[in-house]
Amino acid sequence: MGNYVVEMLDIRKEFPGIVANNNINLQVKKGEIHALLGENGAGKSTLMNVLFGLYQPEKGEIRIKGEPVKVTDPNVANRLGIGMVHQHFMLVENFTVAQNIMLGVEPTKKGVIDIDKVEREVAELSRKYGLSVDPKAKISDISVGMQQRAEILKTLYRGADVLILDEPTAVLTPQEITELMKILCSLINEGISIILITHKLKEIMDVCDRCTVIRKGEGIATVNVNETTADELAALMVGRKVEFKIEKTEAEPKEEVLTIKDLKVKDSRRALMVKGLNLSVRSGEIVGIAGIDGNGQSELIEALTGLRKVESGQILLNQQEITHLSTRKITEAGVGHIPQDRHKYGLVLDFPIAENMVLQTYYQKPFSKNKIMSFNKIYEYGKKLIQDYDVRTPSPRTKARALSGGNQQKAIIAREVDRSPDLLIAAQPTRGLDVGAIENIHKRLIRERDQGRAVLLLSFELDEIMNVSDRIVIMFDGKIVADVKPSETTEQELGLLMSGSQPEKEGDI
Amino acid sequence: MFSNRLFNLLVPLISVLLGFLAGAIIMLIFGYNPIAGYSALISGAFGNSYAIGETVRQITPLMLTGIGIAFAFRTGLFNIGAEGQVLVGWLASVWVGISFDLPAVLHIPLALLAAAVAGALWASVPGILKALRGVHEVVISIMMNYIALHTCNYIIRNYLSNNGDKSEVIAETASLRTTWLYEKMGYSQIHWGFIIAIVAVIAMWFILEKTTTGYELRSVGFNRHAANYAGMNVKKNIIKSMMISGVFAGLAGAMEGLGTFGHMHVHGSFTNLGFDGIAVALLGANTAMGSFFSAILFGSLKMGALRMPTVAGVPSELVEIVIASIIFFIASSYIIRWVLLRLKKEEN
Repeated sequence: MGNYVVEMLDIRKEFPGIVANNNINLQVKKGEIHALLGENGAGKSTLMNVLFGLYQPEKGEIRIKGEPVKVTDPNVANRLGIGMVHQHFMLVENFTVAQNIMLGVEPTKKGVIDIDKVEREVAELSRKYGLSVDPKAKISDISVGMQQRAEILKTLYRGADVLILDEPTAVLTPQEITELMKILCSLINEGISIILITHKLKEIMDVCDRCTVIRKGEGIATVNVNETTADELAALMVGRKVEFKIEKTEAEPKEEVLTIKDLKVKDSRRALMVKGLNLSVRSGEIVGIAGIDGNGQSELIEALTGLRKVESGQILLNQQEITHLSTRKITEAGVGHIPQDRHKYGLVLDFPIAENMVLQTYYQKPFSKNKIMSFNKIYEYGKKLIQDYDVRTPSPRTKARALSGGNQQKAIIAREVDRSPDLLIAAQPTRGLDVGAIENIHKRLIRERDQGRAVLLLSFELDEIMNVSDRIVIMFDGKIVADVKPSETTEQELGLLMSGSQPEKEGDI
Repeated sequence: MFSNRLFNLLVPLISVLLGFLAGAIIMLIFGYNPIAGYSALISGAFGNSYAIGETVRQITPLMLTGIGIAFAFRTGLFNIGAEGQVLVGWLASVWVGISFDLPAVLHIPLALLAAAVAGALWASVPGILKALRGVHEVVISIMMNYIALHTCNYIIRNYLSNNGDKSEVIAETASLRTTWLYEKMGYSQIHWGFIIAIVAVIAMWFILEKTTTGYELRSVGFNRHAANYAGMNVKKNIIKSMMISGVFAGLAGAMEGLGTFGHMHVHGSFTNLGFDGIAVALLGANTAMGSFFSAILFGSLKMGALRMPTVAGVPSELVEIVIASIIFFIASSYIIRWVLLRLKKEEN
């Protein structure tokens, strides 16, 4: 004993009506990457917020480097050398990296802020840990990955030697994830200890030393990563066996449902993002769009669903032109859309879950009659969808906000699928969800395919694209640059295509 | 310790009591008798049929501006322009009241309609600019208030009177006042407008909670992006919400024009009906029921306060402080909610 930097013993934290942490133990050794694994809502974030001083536990003891401590607020945590990088960054957009880092601890020279000193120190720290962050770069100008490194630097600058990272890879592209993992390894080589909150098993298997699993507020086990397998971890986390490789039959594509011809779309800054794209999706197949974020995928989806103006080109649904129709007309024509950001677009979080189920159809019978809402019918329908699609909610009257991410997503999918659309557009349908929920949603997508729908899947997770798609198209610089079968390609080849290089056959321009 | 139902009742009750207690302490500090002060307040508001009549008269337009502003808030819009909409509504109702010669069954509805349309059109300007150009509705609304104030004054001076500071009196057939009610309520200025206000409260609740329009408006208010994603026309809904809000505010103006005064006079400054309506709406948590009760509270305090200086000798400045502290406590009821929740937790 004695070599633990952080010990949380028998931590209990309650919220009105629920026990978020029930006597959980977490012991982190010096210089290790310790994973904290659990489904959404298992109590990981609560536990970390207790450690960081944002919540006070009802019971239990926290020891830092062997000393029992009371972490009453985040400032105390900082003094104890604990730094936290939140999932949503706490950065001032129009400040530089250095300005953000010094915020609150500004060094002064004769009463004037000594920004040069900060920039020097930040540059040095950045070199030491191999972060390659430019201290003078403005936050709004740098990529999400760089912003995250700025956050890491911020905690290091304040002298943290225990780093809590809350789902750091949720917002990163595959390339950025690889780099982050390298950085984490160089950090532990310098004696920093890391707690990694995650529900991605691959990351744990790749870089972590030990892993503590939490399920429904209970500490389930702490295991050595090199003595376990991803399957075992998944089973510990979910409480049952999980299938990673989804069983599915060969696709039987039929008639063309979606046809896109020479589509051009501009983004909000008037830059051309979709540059003459051609694509078709047939009924009974899942077409996955692979690509690095920012190559026009979002603009494509928005154009398809009528949320963004089409500059030129044609979009046909069942050979009918839908190019310049409104969102409502497109929805009525038979398009279902699972949006990328379920909180921003997919749900009215303050509406009851049942009322969210009729967000597009409220003006139709039987949900309203002569402009008067028929709430009885809406709740009846809501109850049915909740049952059919296994949305876990205390009641149809529960506000969408109160549901877990996985159940919110199930509710959206229920709504979009139950309208029986000919074309289902699923944009990052499993973002931020745990393996149990992902499995459920993948199965659902395949079931919809088998029912004869055309499914267009956009995802930044190569695993997901490889697992679920029947055909993969690679989007690069606003165009489809390749069309491959998952069985005839590898992640490496996809990675190359996504970065714009053409492995064997040359591009046609 | 207590059920949810009791809890929801307890919170406003305790808030009101604490507010009165704070007011009493303030009066004590300055050497006035709080019991005398409050009995003057209560008798001023409800002491006799005259007082009740005047209080109802005071509540009526406040209730209408209150629900109007609450309606806009529910769609995520701040209609600080209710003040201007009151003025144009008032002017429109008086103009119809003066200019037409119709039986009462037609004259009153026509005058009310004119007020509603005027308020709606006036409110549509910030609505349209917000929807189409993204200009903040607060800026435009405030400007529209000044335009309304001075335009109305100009029209009264030049078109509705002979350079006077008061329009002609409206025709008997357009008036909301009746001799019967006048005599019944101790010769106070009460008029039948309170029925219109109650109908409006019900209408606001019905539109927001029961119609597809209300569902759209609430969606836009909670989450504009989701509304857009779901195929609702967000811009149209913004304009619609401002116009409905303007209808209520315009009707508040008609209450003054067709009821309380029977004419419109030149205003040196704003009526404050629109601004007080903001407090009514917020205190009522932007719901129809809430605004109904908070308008009653506001109107009663306002009327009752008038009697405190004359009867209890409390100076009017201090009365304002007392009233303000009562409202403060009610508005900060969440503190009481929090304390009660703490007690509840310890109980377990």
